[in-house]
Amino acid sequence: MAFFDAAAMMKGLRGTYASGRTRSYEWRVSQLKALLKLASFHEKEIVDALRSDLSKPELESFLQEIALLKESCGLALKELHRWMAPEKVKTMMTTFPSSAEIVPEPLGVVLVISAWNYPFLLSLDPVIGAIAAGNAVVLKPSEIAPATSSVLAKLLGQYMDCSAVKVVEGAIPETTALLEQKWDKIFYTGNGKVGRIVSAAAAKHLTPLVLELGGKSPVIVDSNVDLKVAARRIIAGKWGCNNGQACVSPDYAITTKEFAPDLIDTLRSELEKFYGKDPLKSNDLSRIVNSNHFNRLSKLLDDDKISGKIIHGGQKDIANLKIAPTILLDVPGDSLIMEEEIFGPLLPILTVNNVEDSFNIIKSKDKPLAAYLFTNNKKLKENFISNISAGGLVVNDTTMHLAVPTLPFGGVGESGMGAYHGKFSFDAFSHKKAVLLRSFAGDLSSRYPPYTPKKLNLLKALVNGSLLGILRALLGWHD
Amino acid sequence: MIFCKTKGGWTIHLDFLQLLTTPFKQGQMPLLFFPARAEVLPEPLGLVLVLASWNFPISLALDPVIGAISAGNTVVLKPSELSPASSSFLANTIPRYLDSAALKVIEGGHDAAEQLLQQKWDKIFFTGSSRVGRIIMAAAANHLTPVTLELGGKCPTILDSLSISDLEVAIKRIVGGKWGLCSGQACIGIDYVLVEEKFASILVELLKKCIKAFFGDSMPNLKNLCRIVSKSHFDRVSNLLGDPRVAASIVHGGSWDEQNLMIEPTILLDPPLDADIMSEEIFGPLLPIITLNKIEESIEFINLRPKPLAIYAFTKNERFKKKLLSETSSGSITFNDAVVQFVADSLPFGGVGQSGFGRYHGKYSFDTFSHEKAVLQRSFYLELEPRYPPWNDFKLDFIKLAYKFDYLGLLLLLSGLRRIFKRSN
Repeated sequence: MAFFDAAAMMKGLRGTYASGRTRSYEWRVSQLKALLKLASFHEKEIVDALRSDLSKPELESFLQEIALLKESCGLALKELHRWMAPEKVKTMMTTFPSSAEIVPEPLGVVLVISAWNYPFLLSLDPVIGAIAAGNAVVLKPSEIAPATSSVLAKLLGQYMDCSAVKVVEGAIPETTALLEQKWDKIFYTGNGKVGRIVSAAAAKHLTPLVLELGGKSPVIVDSNVDLKVAARRIIAGKWGCNNGQACVSPDYAITTKEFAPDLIDTLRSELEKFYGKDPLKSNDLSRIVNSNHFNRLSKLLDDDKISGKIIHGGQKDIANLKIAPTILLDVPGDSLIMEEEIFGPLLPILTVNNVEDSFNIIKSKDKPLAAYLFTNNKKLKENFISNISAGGLVVNDTTMHLAVPTLPFGGVGESGMGAYHGKFSFDAFSHKKAVLLRSFAGDLSSRYPPYTPKKLNLLKALVNGSLLGILRALLGWHD
Repeated sequence: MIFCKTKGGWTIHLDFLQLLTTPFKQGQMPLLFFPARAEVLPEPLGLVLVLASWNFPISLALDPVIGAISAGNTVVLKPSELSPASSSFLANTIPRYLDSAALKVIEGGHDAAEQLLQQKWDKIFFTGSSRVGRIIMAAAANHLTPVTLELGGKCPTILDSLSISDLEVAIKRIVGGKWGLCSGQACIGIDYVLVEEKFASILVELLKKCIKAFFGDSMPNLKNLCRIVSKSHFDRVSNLLGDPRVAASIVHGGSWDEQNLMIEPTILLDPPLDADIMSEEIFGPLLPIITLNKIEESIEFINLRPKPLAIYAFTKNERFKKKLLSETSSGSITFNDAVVQFVADSLPFGGVGQSGFGRYHGKYSFDTFSHEKAVLQRSFYLELEPRYPPWNDFKLDFIKLAYKFDYLGLLLLLSGLRRIFKRSN
């Protein structure tokens, strides 16, 4: 790899930012429109790159990457005026007379580090936020999705203002070099291990972060549900999302011992409808991204602790990096597959006596990025919503919440910090500056020394908002 | 239009009115998601740590605790050991009034802090210096703990030309905002003043008069003033005057009482910009006045330095105000006063850049200690077939059209008139 001078790049970007170029509404709009064009005119190239990196089916590429990105751009363009506008806020007795407002301003020069599983969306969606908020931005796409990284570098170089929007391709050396710089914000999508490395680097410069991490997102299936619909939605969220390689895919399922056979049968029959009798040959399934991850997943299946627990699937095609949709039943809690985020096409199903017992299982683990419940039981639903902590919850479906721009998308605890999507993206890359405008009139001498009991009484009355107290203090003052 | 799969095939329900009059809980979603209900539910983060500072040892301890409690968390508060009487007060009084199973006070110094930082918290709220802020953030990184850092910086005050009556008010506010605030030991206290050269001498005169009126004319007659908190801070601040070039720029004050840890309100006129007094946060009763040719130069002056927690600007020039607002960055900016933004609860209080990140006060305190959980509820009916594999061109077209709310296109697609409808994306 050619030597990459991160410091020089940074200097250039700081100069661009200091010139004020990225702050104007017009610049932001021009860049957002450029992103929209890029996504619209180069759809085929993007779809091809995603197929090369992940064998991602065209419909997934369209729906889950390109369409979402275009929506995001479109929303930012439509709302940018509103987002950029100062927000007037109420003022109180304590600062009377005054007026106050909150003014959003860019943070400066920001870094977006993207992931490999949705390499197009997870690169550009945060970049939309960064640009909308008026920052200069460096994007570091994941080297594990090299075709998409290459397409992004090429297209952004072609369409965007390169003095303010840059793409740095590369792997660990380039990322390390980037992390040594002082950024005004770092937005990272990936796993907890690297998340800690990014945090430690950010700490040196007091750089604020958004960390979009992952976790084991559970799906609870109650018995009184429309099982066919539930099964389809679970399949769509698991295998229909990059073959389980998605931060919000249902990682494992929990259902009652009684209901498990029905759930399993329905999953099996729907899986066959979706992917045929030989899913390794289906074109509607992403492959495993690379041999590292393929081996990692194989190890999960080879774990002695789960031998005999595979009840569906398990077939592998190492040459094409394909693993068939696999279901396991009642794997032990200390098996490898239950200890780490699976991020692949394996679905363990755990059974419990009562569906409420599933909550304890979930709470015993780290807070996930998402949790799902299929039920028609209102009480169970309310219990779930109030008591299960996760980045986001969905009832009676999976993964859909990330497509709702009015919902903040982000984790909590081990699944991350900060949020984005819609206006939350703009906010994530903004500083909300407090502005207080006071007048010279009505100066309250009680604020100033020398301090006397009378002044203290008046101030106390003011702070307590007690008109009577104020009156009394003033009268006492005038005595 | 709403599509529904029934036994026989597709049934289309025209329910325009419902679609138009039933607002989705929070904004529109693509057709594919209808019907759905979306909301954001705040929930506590869990167990949080509040590390308080010594200069406002009661409010900077309890204000964040209020936020933590109102958001439903359990809290550990570690007051600063540099304000031992307040620390003791908090440790003794809080358990008498609050649920000590959920709110604990841990007294102690570095050792206590280090031990606490090794634990896994769901949030850490720190008020203090940037140096310690880095240590806190590095410790938090091990556990992916989110932090709010309320740090400091050099808060500049810009003094534009004003009428005599306004200037008198401004002087009071500047003197109050510097020495009336823990003798300059405040994160949002005025650190230094920027003024046009031609006003420097009148500024100094008026400041002297006001200082005398508020605090007395000299040591040992000073009153209404805090002392320096500790010997080490006393040394730190007095050493700022040790540089002979700095000492030469003193125009008022400059004396101290080491035994009582008192430093006189001191004014300096144009100390060298490379001296420590102009590169570090003073956090003490020394006020440098920096003169400029034109007041507009203050913008560049401020921008060459780390973003401060607050900027204060005394001016009635609307154009200058706008310029300041858009061309400088700080935690907050207050016009024609100092420090009072702290009591405006509708305004977020926090820094940016080296002055920190995160914010609190008012509802922001609640938010800072909450996780905003996204909740989406769907129903079982209204299944959209094209969502599922095996995929084909029809489904791909359907999805593309539904995503654009292209009802006409969808209708044509479904009625088989796809060929007529071909549009470019």
